Amino acid sequence: MSILKTENITMRFGGLTAVSGLNLDIAEDSIVGLIGPNGAGKTTVFNMITGVYTPTEGDILFDGNSIKKLKPHLITKRGIARTFQNIRLFKDLTVLDNVIIAHHLRLDSNIFSAVIRLPDYTKKESDVIQKSLDLLNDVGLLEYKDDKASSLPYGKQRKHEIARALATEPRLLLLDEPAAGMNPQESIELMEFVKEIRKKFKVSILMIEHHMQVIMGVCEKTYVLDYGVNIAEGSASEVQNNPKVIEAYLGVDE
Amino acid sequence: MSLNTFMQHLSNGLALGSLYALIAIGYTMVYGILRLINFAHGDIFMISTYIIFYSVTLFLMPWWVAFVVAILLTGAFGILVERLAYRSLRNSPKISVMISAIGASYLIQNLAIVIFGGRPKAFPIPEFFNEVVYINAVSIPVANFFIPGITMAALVILLYIVNKTKTGMAMRAVSRDYEAARLMGINVDTIISITFFMGSVLAALGGMMWGIKYPNLIPLMGLMPGLKAFIAAVIGGIGNIKGAVVGGFLLGMSEIMLIAFLPSMTGYRDAFAFVILIVILLIKPSGLLGENLAEKV
Amino acid sequence: MKKENKIRIGLIILVVLILAILNFTLGNYQLRILNLAGIYVVLGLSLNLINGFAGLFSLGHAGFMAIGAYTSALLTMSVAQKQSNFFVKPIVPWLANVELPFLPAMLIGGLVAAVLGALIAAPILRLRDDYLAIATLGFSEIIRVIFTNTMSLTNGALGLKGLTRYTNVPYSWGIAILTIIFMFSLRRSSYGKAFMAIREDEVAAESMGIDLFKHKLLAFTIGSFFAGIGGALLAHLMGTIDPLMFRFLMTFNVLLIVVLGGIGSITGTVISAVVVTVAMEVLRFLDGTINLGFMVIESVPGMRMVLFSILLMLVVLFYQNGLMGRDEITIDSMGKFYRNKIKKGAKS
Repeated sequence: MSILKTENITMRFGGLTAVSGLNLDIAEDSIVGLIGPNGAGKTTVFNMITGVYTPTEGDILFDGNSIKKLKPHLITKRGIARTFQNIRLFKDLTVLDNVIIAHHLRLDSNIFSAVIRLPDYTKKESDVIQKSLDLLNDVGLLEYKDDKASSLPYGKQRKHEIARALATEPRLLLLDEPAAGMNPQESIELMEFVKEIRKKFKVSILMIEHHMQVIMGVCEKTYVLDYGVNIAEGSASEVQNNPKVIEAYLGVDE
Repeated sequence: MSLNTFMQHLSNGLALGSLYALIAIGYTMVYGILRLINFAHGDIFMISTYIIFYSVTLFLMPWWVAFVVAILLTGAFGILVERLAYRSLRNSPKISVMISAIGASYLIQNLAIVIFGGRPKAFPIPEFFNEVVYINAVSIPVANFFIPGITMAALVILLYIVNKTKTGMAMRAVSRDYEAARLMGINVDTIISITFFMGSVLAALGGMMWGIKYPNLIPLMGLMPGLKAFIAAVIGGIGNIKGAVVGGFLLGMSEIMLIAFLPSMTGYRDAFAFVILIVILLIKPSGLLGENLAEKV
Repeated sequence: MKKENKIRIGLIILVVLILAILNFTLGNYQLRILNLAGIYVVLGLSLNLINGFAGLFSLGHAGFMAIGAYTSALLTMSVAQKQSNFFVKPIVPWLANVELPFLPAMLIGGLVAAVLGALIAAPILRLRDDYLAIATLGFSEIIRVIFTNTMSLTNGALGLKGLTRYTNVPYSWGIAILTIIFMFSLRRSSYGKAFMAIREDEVAAESMGIDLFKHKLLAFTIGSFFAGIGGALLAHLMGTIDPLMFRFLMTFNVLLIVVLGGIGSITGTVISAVVVTVAMEVLRFLDGTINLGFMVIESVPGMRMVLFSILLMLVVLFYQNGLMGRDEITIDSMGKFYRNKIKKGAKS
């Protein structure tokens, strides 16, 4: 059973085709990789799936329903969450508040009961705070809950951003280069972390990654993008031995 | 309406449009480079008229000397405003820069009230511009010919500088990509100063002709023309010099025509420009000649 | 009851007591300044909600104040007052015989401002930063020009005179205190946090499931409501209103308060509103003739505003956080401050 399917999605900016005719199929409960050289259009794929851009052609199905024309916040509500390549935390707010904000969409309470603090709201609010604290505990950031998000060290900010995305209670999580800027040791930890959250939060994961090592360690299936075109797909070892991929991504042997 | 009065309105519209265009160019040039609405630009324009006033009445200069002095001093004043109000905020959040711009505008206005006094002053119009030309039965003030003429001449010179000279090339480079231009060895600070100088010189040209057309000087006189010229720049597509001129003419002409054809709407004249602004922002925020800029996620 | 809540309520009672004492001891002129300070607290907080919480740079405050002021004034004026005001052109019949008490009139003023705020904001909220600022400034000017021209509705440039001066300390400061509580409560709620998320990063906020349009509209509408209330209070303090009162200068004053207090800080805005209002009055002498004993400086109108513009520029250029930055004086922070002091005292 697939949770997300893209059907021939194409994105053009003026004369430039960033992504062309891409078909992704992400099975429920799987971890899928999306790799490719710089400028291959990987982040553009994320932006189309999350509604930041509307594909010029093709369709995106989440659970069998088209989400192509939905605004980003509605797509998040349906159950897709993301992180960003260049971390986009709410820098001036606390670690805890960042996570609470991600719960806001599921709080389902109007502004008047929120401001007047009707029991109906305060009950939900204390639930959210408890959930947020639990989540921070799960990802090992509880001790930082009252610090400003920007004060966390880089690796923890990446984790924090993943935690924030998880707080929207997604069924599909998109990670944009989660291991960027990490050393091998940290990358291995991240791999374990990704596997762990899949189990604990029952999410499917689509991740963009440059580190071949990370992809091989966690992804059951990998798509390779080059100049916006899908040039290969399959298991990590299949992809790695594909001559087209070697040429485009790993460089031709000299 | 007879053809004669229509021709009169037409020439008035052209003159007002030219004035808006001259001021609008300053907004557009600064916005093109710094992505900043220079709220003080209207007040720089106001200062130029007072410089002429005092040069003639206090220092007894002949009017053409006063005009040259005003152009140079206003240009220098523009550089000063950039130095004091904007330079140290170049990497600050946009909201701070805007507040500084509003503050600078207010400061100049209130300083003008303190120094020049709040009472209106009469602009010393050179004899020559007071004359009226008769074409058939249509009487048109000489100024109405000179104003569009000088505007077009200024535009030609400006476009030459921007498109053909090395300085102009550097200006375009800075407006494209500020950091890259710096890395290419362009002195960004100098280029920004030159931009403010040129914008202010054009404002001074506008100021001296505004004085000829509407000779009543008050410290707050820069406010409305400034706002309207900014609107003109938005109509034409902010950042685009030709667009600012097109926008200026369109706005000036339609304002005059609104009053000519619907005299009962005269009271709404100042609101009219804002209505156009909002319509443009909603339909085509990039303006008539502007480019679309998408944000990178 | 939690200890914090006890301290909070104690604090409010203390403030009310001080205000009550001031109310009975101050002269008319000082009372007027006190009232004005309360009104500027409301106005400053409403602009702080729009600019500081939600990060929307709006310059249209004067317009919404004008709507609140005119709506409430037209509702409280007696039939006779209306007749004597509208001598050039009679007032529209549906308003001629309406007369409401001050409180409902003020609330309706706030609501009308809120509704118009929402209507205006809906199409322009997708504009960013400076474009939004110019568009809101434009709307505020349009409102003013319309009010100048609609003789039979607003009496045009002549304005409305002889309004009953209902605004007193219980009204101005009562509403100011309610507004302060409202703002703290709003910011603590998940809505307030969502506003701040939008201020920090729109793209990230949207991807967290926050409906940008809905939340921006909410912030703008609530801000307009309080601006309208502030306008109504101001109208019934001054006793006279005309369209010129609601020029950009009015927005500038409120903006000045918010910037000096620290954009985003509630306590900063409150302190700054009081200080700026008092300073504006105290420094009024600058505009008049100054007699230094040995010499007399001729009156120079505008000197006061020069001073305030310089102050604004200095804060923006050298001390961008204003008085408080985005921080607050809270019971917690006061406690910390106090404890630190004790610690320091023990050390020395």
